Amino acid sequence: MSNERNGVIEVVDFHKSFGNKKVHQGVSFYVRKGECLGLIGGSGTGKSVLLRSLVGLEKPDSGQILINGTDITPMDEAQLIEIRKKVAYAFQGGALFDSMSVYENLAYPLREHFKFSEQEIAKQIHDQLQEFGLPGSEHLLPGNLSGGMQKRVGLARAMMMHPEVVLYDEPTAGLDPYNTKRIQESILNLKAKGVTSILVTHDMPTVYAVCDKVALLLNGKIGEQYTIEKLKQEPAGVMSQFINGESA
Amino acid sequence: MNNLALPFTVFMMEVLHFIGGVGLLSRDVFRETFQGRIYFKLIAEQIYQIGMRSLPLIVITAVSIGMVMSLQFGLGLEKFGGKLYVPKLLAVTILREMGPVFTSLMLAARVGAGIASEIGSMVVTQQIDAIRALGTSPIKKIVIPRVLACLITLPILVSIANLVGNLGGLIVGATELNLDPNFYLLKVMTTSSIQDYLSGFAKTFFFALFIAIPSCYFGLNVKAGTKEVGIATTKAVVVSSILIVVGDFFLSKLFWIVEKMI
Repeated sequence: MSNERNGVIEVVDFHKSFGNKKVHQGVSFYVRKGECLGLIGGSGTGKSVLLRSLVGLEKPDSGQILINGTDITPMDEAQLIEIRKKVAYAFQGGALFDSMSVYENLAYPLREHFKFSEQEIAKQIHDQLQEFGLPGSEHLLPGNLSGGMQKRVGLARAMMMHPEVVLYDEPTAGLDPYNTKRIQESILNLKAKGVTSILVTHDMPTVYAVCDKVALLLNGKIGEQYTIEKLKQEPAGVMSQFINGESA
Repeated sequence: MNNLALPFTVFMMEVLHFIGGVGLLSRDVFRETFQGRIYFKLIAEQIYQIGMRSLPLIVITAVSIGMVMSLQFGLGLEKFGGKLYVPKLLAVTILREMGPVFTSLMLAARVGAGIASEIGSMVVTQQIDAIRALGTSPIKKIVIPRVLACLITLPILVSIANLVGNLGGLIVGATELNLDPNFYLLKVMTTSSIQDYLSGFAKTFFFALFIAIPSCYFGLNVKAGTKEVGIATTKAVVVSSILIVVGDFFLSKLFWIVEKMI
């Protein structure tokens, strides 16, 4: 199935419930290499749960999640480590380790998975902070950073291992226009390098700015899916109603 | 009848859930301790946090207990002319029971609460998820250093508590009960045996697990919100304390049987 569509990420008939509440009832979609999919939907429709499942932080009740053609749903934590080196997750609030400085946060994945010297690590961190517009913030603690900076440090940390896929959970939520633009630029830079991504967001300008296609999660399934060009030209149906605030 | 049965059923379900959860966590801790990398720096940090920073509390508690017990034994035995037995009674009680149990209870209150609240806060702020998402194990990075630090520090803290507890007893014995300090020391040294010491010392490894594993378990099982962090903290202290007190009886019984066999 993966080969036919050339999907780096492919979700097939994904079901997930919490107690009696059926959140996902057969979600299926795929994302090709280098593409960015915007995943939108009302609050509580399970966008973040779906995103977490793509990196094995949640287990589906049934269905398949294929990363480069490999189903990750039966994998245990030890097997998922290799997948997580390729699939990065940018948390909504950054999820920085609050007892560590920005430098230590960024060094964390490098020290865990590679055998770089401290000089090499320092150079990579310096370059990464430059790229994400955070020079000179090495010694700051997460508590001393603004919300926008925390998100960017979180993103920079997720990118330290040069993943093939990045999953963004509301990367621009609560940010001012300047910081939103900086995050958009960071996502576009990564996209230009061929990184495949999924973006969960309510921020439609960001979807228009960075995504290739957009899917609406509705009633536990993908309600509608459009390419950005088509969405801009002829928005219709429930997607249009959702974007215009006419339905949840 | 149903009204009475429901809370009991809920309680029993919670107990079974706890036993299962702690069992699985213990299995993961055991398995991952012997697999792959060991984070010595994190273990050293926890030894400092758990051991060194608990030392003042343990010393004050132990010396106070030694002094109070010496006074109470002295006052009680004086009526029967048995004041001379205070050193022996006190030494054996401290070595076998009071030293390990009180030190462990103090550590459960200070460290168990700290572990549960710290891990719970990390869950709420998605730091535990971040550890997993970055391809590392929260068991290795968070749980194992705390468990090993408890296993290393508690026996040392108990040994110190035994020493200062007896010192407290000696101070009161000399000042309040008019016992000669040399006589007191001699009695402690000659009447307390290595079995007395080992019986208490061996318990500390079990008590360390009773503190660390449930505290980590309650911390990791925080679902959302700071309110749950508070609840997890309370549960960690209560459950660890109960396990120590109840476990002490069974361990005492077990070691008693072992001593008889030897």
